[in-house]
Amino acid sequence: MWVSIWLAVVGLVVGIGIGFNLPVFLPAAYAKYLGIAILAALDSVFGGIRAAMEEKFDNLVFLSGFVGNAMMAALLVFIGDRLGVEIYIAAVVAFGVRLFHNLGVIRRYLVGRKSETA
Amino acid sequence: MAKYKFHWVLIVIGLVLGLMLSTQFRVQKEQIYAYNIERVRQLAQDVETAREEREALRARIQELRDELDKVAEESRHGNLRRELDNIRMQAGLLSVTGPGVEVVLNDSSTPTQPGQNPNLYVLHDEDLLRVINELRAAGAEALAINGERLVATSEIRCIGPAVVVNKDKRLAPPYTITAIGDPDTLIASLEMRDGVMATLKFWGIQVAVRRVPEAVVPAYTGKTMLDYGRPLFGEGGS
Repeated sequence: MWVSIWLAVVGLVVGIGIGFNLPVFLPAAYAKYLGIAILAALDSVFGGIRAAMEEKFDNLVFLSGFVGNAMMAALLVFIGDRLGVEIYIAAVVAFGVRLFHNLGVIRRYLVGRKSETA
Repeated sequence: MAKYKFHWVLIVIGLVLGLMLSTQFRVQKEQIYAYNIERVRQLAQDVETAREEREALRARIQELRDELDKVAEESRHGNLRRELDNIRMQAGLLSVTGPGVEVVLNDSSTPTQPGQNPNLYVLHDEDLLRVINELRAAGAEALAINGERLVATSEIRCIGPAVVVNKDKRLAPPYTITAIGDPDTLIASLEMRDGVMATLKFWGIQVAVRRVPEAVVPAYTGKTMLDYGRPLFGEGGS
């Protein structure tokens, strides 16, 4: 499992490297969409790590969650903008709560493992 | 082996997330940067505008000096010079003195009752305009408010607590309107029954008119060059 995490970190670093050196640029108007999409993606990643620790990891669930959540979050921002209601707050709260919940579960696994081995 | 099946997904996800994060960072950074650029551009433009204005003023000074030199040179053409002076006086470019009146206006001194609109008891730009209009109708030849000459292009505008005339001269109450003309006619037109002064007094606005034997109306100091209009000679023109 640690190998996969390291691979993910390597992918992240390479992605950041590419992103900072990319000549194409995202218009500032879409920054909000991308921000929420990042939050959703982060949530998916932590969900994936948690699933991996619970030995329930599934490629398809993970991928679809990553892409679907990000798209849905961006869509919520879009609809909220059109309606004049800040619906994206719902996404921020929901993903935020889930993110911390997943983090808590992961933490418990890590601490539990540590106490087991110690 | 099934354990390592999801490696490629993790790499891809990591890549995509990294891309998204760095793009977002860059956008946010660029936003702050763009704002600064905008501010700098604005300031540069302001400086440029001020510089242009200064250049125009300098050119105007030069023009006036040349004109003055020419007039001094041609002083033997007495009637031409008189005509020039007359025109400049009418245009407001010369200080004028002569008999006239002085009208002092100030906000109402009566305390407003609760529930009443205090705006009714405050001196407005419209009140000044009405007095000015009345004085002009009565044949005032030169007008000034608080020492600011009113010319053909002068406006009187309300900007909150003060009044602005000649585009950038802010005036505060009390307002002193100096008018040169026949004092009797001027006073009579203001004090007409149900006239301007009567209306103002009704609202408690303090108005005082007094006769001045040697009123002084200063020259107009603002911009005199026309940016858009140009003389039309021939048909219609003189």
